[in-house]
Amino acid sequence: MIPLSWYLILGAALFCIGIYGVFARRNAVAILMAVELMLNAVNINLVAFWRYLTPEKSTGMAWAIFVLTVAAAEAAVGLALVISIYRSRDSIIAEDMDLLKN
Amino acid sequence: MTHETLTILTWLIPAGPLLAFFVIVLFTNRSRTLSWMVAWAGVFVALILGWTVALNTAAVGVHHLEEHPTVASGAIPWIPVGDFFEGTWINIGVAVDPLTAVTLIMVTFTVTMIFIYSVGYHNWGAPLGKILGVPNHLQEEPLLSRFFAFMSLFAGGMLILVVADNLLLLFIGWELMGFTSYSLIGFWYAREYHLGPGDIPHIPPYKASVKAFMTTRVADVVMLLGIVFFYFEFGTMNFNEAFTPESFELVLNAIGPVAIGAMALMLFTGTVGKSAQFPLHVWLPDAMEGPTPVSAVIHAAAMVSAGVYFLLRIFPLLAVASGPLGTQTVSYIIAGIGAFTALMAATIAISQNDVKGVLAYSTISQLGFMVAAIGIGGYVAGAFHLITHGFFKALLFLASGSVIHGMEHGAHEVHDHHTDPQDMRYMGGLRKKMPITFWTFLIGGLALAGLPLITAGFWSKDEIFAEAWYLWESDGSLLPLIVFVMLAIAAFLTAYYTARQISMTFLGKPRTPLAEHAHESNAFMTIPLILLSVFAVIAGWAGIPENFPGIGPVINLNYFHHFVGATIYKLMEELYELHLVAHPIETLPFNMEPLITSLVVALGGLFLGWWIYGRKPLKEGESDPVAGPLGPIYTFLYNKWYIDELYERVFINPTTYVSEKVVYQAMDKTVIDGILHSVARGFYGFGYYVKRFEEVVISGGVDKLKDGFLDIAEEFRQLQTGRVQEYALISALIAVALIAVVLLINYGWFGQFF
Repeated sequence: MIPLSWYLILGAALFCIGIYGVFARRNAVAILMAVELMLNAVNINLVAFWRYLTPEKSTGMAWAIFVLTVAAAEAAVGLALVISIYRSRDSIIAEDMDLLKN
Repeated sequence: MTHETLTILTWLIPAGPLLAFFVIVLFTNRSRTLSWMVAWAGVFVALILGWTVALNTAAVGVHHLEEHPTVASGAIPWIPVGDFFEGTWINIGVAVDPLTAVTLIMVTFTVTMIFIYSVGYHNWGAPLGKILGVPNHLQEEPLLSRFFAFMSLFAGGMLILVVADNLLLLFIGWELMGFTSYSLIGFWYAREYHLGPGDIPHIPPYKASVKAFMTTRVADVVMLLGIVFFYFEFGTMNFNEAFTPESFELVLNAIGPVAIGAMALMLFTGTVGKSAQFPLHVWLPDAMEGPTPVSAVIHAAAMVSAGVYFLLRIFPLLAVASGPLGTQTVSYIIAGIGAFTALMAATIAISQNDVKGVLAYSTISQLGFMVAAIGIGGYVAGAFHLITHGFFKALLFLASGSVIHGMEHGAHEVHDHHTDPQDMRYMGGLRKKMPITFWTFLIGGLALAGLPLITAGFWSKDEIFAEAWYLWESDGSLLPLIVFVMLAIAAFLTAYYTARQISMTFLGKPRTPLAEHAHESNAFMTIPLILLSVFAVIAGWAGIPENFPGIGPVINLNYFHHFVGATIYKLMEELYELHLVAHPIETLPFNMEPLITSLVVALGGLFLGWWIYGRKPLKEGESDPVAGPLGPIYTFLYNKWYIDELYERVFINPTTYVSEKVVYQAMDKTVIDGILHSVARGFYGFGYYVKRFEEVVISGGVDKLKDGFLDIAEEFRQLQTGRVQEYALISALIAVALIAVVLLINYGWFGQFF
């Protein structure tokens, strides 16, 4: 059987890729995608811990499904925000979205 | 081949196209050439594996299959449900029985042909098109990689659905196709039409894709509820486990005939949406806005067939629900919807001028044939027509795409970009210009019309007629007779509009410079046409009845009937002995009446169509010769029974009205805003007195404090860059710092790390 740590390493790697994406990408949609990556990394951890530590309870899976639901809602809201900001400012570059500056 | 080997091969059938999707999306998307090659590899693997599995199933032999129809099956546990200590799991798996085998043969072959054709259709090798999201005539499609990625995903979804052994996996494939059909119908997302009077009405592809998605969604929600109901009652979603005489008796006793009928009809609703049956057929004609290979794959080989395939999969449930202990209403509704759809769509098809529009309504009509056949209990007849129709309708769509391609060629040469290259009124005389397309279209058209003895369509339609006639004669119930009559009229109209279409497109003289300058398409397009036309003829020979006069005794084996019938032969026998179903799977006796009917309607329709449109072809600018005599009926048919307009009035307008007037004006503006405004007024009044108090009492003292804060804030506002990523970075750094602090407190500097 694959040891638990492999899943955790995969989760950590995905999470780091996600963090890198959030910081480094300029495109707001790409940033949203990176956030999704981070959420899914968390999901992998949740499911892995559930499967290895408490497989008799469904809590880990239920958590993961909650995260999925929230992620879907987040994607919907986030994309709607991106579309609306694209309509008003004609750009989806995160650096241009500085309405709150100073 | 052993059971295990076959099972592994079956698992791998959908894997090819699915893998191709991921490879294209992740790696090869920058190279259009590499992308189509990867997609080809995926479907070729599926073709080889699919045919291997299917032929191995056939090699088992009919008598053995009748006892043990499932030749390969395997499942893995997927989702734990219910009591976890008990270890109940939802399994997903694959299973192969004769129905799967014949569907695999049809689906993998047609899909492969369509993939080959697509390379030519999108002008691979021509100069690259410049504009994204619109058809670039005679130039290579710039989004070719995306096209093949979605096509691969679509094919993968269909193959998952075909090999699935349970409702859940089937539904996954079903929804995969729902999504990919949405993205493929809207492939030319930036296309807009500027229509003049008299032009064929088109809606832009992005609207068509939303329409298709939303319409099928309505049906899929009901179907999902049906699946939940099914799982709740049967305790399993696996077909082989659920469909046993014992579980049928249990469920029937537990919930009664009405509830099981409702379950059957909820599942049937999924088919109504996916296979475009009345009243949810409206998405299919507009789905023609996709590229023609997409039309072929959606409307012939895969998606619409999936609906009928699903009905065949749950056929035992339908048979029990409408059986002696069930309620007849189920079969009346299914067969009624099917027969009505077949007739309605055929009447619309005789008035359409769009070369693909005629085929769209013809598809709806032919699907109605299958649904009606299944509704009255003709399992094999429905399956047979499903297979033959898959072949010849894919051929017809691809051939019509070739025609449009040729017309666009002509348009390019004469620099005419206003004439609609899909409008049959502007064609004519293409027989000489595009000979391969003409002959293959002719073969496909004759198969659709059911030209006796030779073509596939004749044998499968004849089987439906024979089934309906036999059921009427043996039971004396009215339903099969009504279905028989309606389908006979629909078949007559089918032959008629096919003759009309062929005459208007290919015969006579070119009516526009476009048709004058049309060219035959390239080999990528013509070779699939030729291969498909072979199957459009010979696919029917597998199902020639033993007792058919002349030919029958020579062949002496209705192979298709026994092979596909074997899928549920034993189950139906057992159910029949328990008086749960009205009929087992039985060999039909030969009757003269249905044969004469199908001969008369096919030949009569073809002759009438030729007599009106082919004998003296339309002149340039001449209107449809039947428009005058039919008068308002023609207008009614031309406008598709005004069903879209009806839905606009009944569903869409009230919805927008309610959201505008009730939700926005009354609720939002009046009630919620009203509450907020009065609260605001209250606070405003309160604030006035606070303000007075502040001005009089505190102002002086606080002003100084304020100035001090302002000075500090002036310094700090520099930090406020407004850039979300910098904020995120700061948050992350602080989080890391906090974690470091916690670790330090817990473990000290060197703690347990070293």
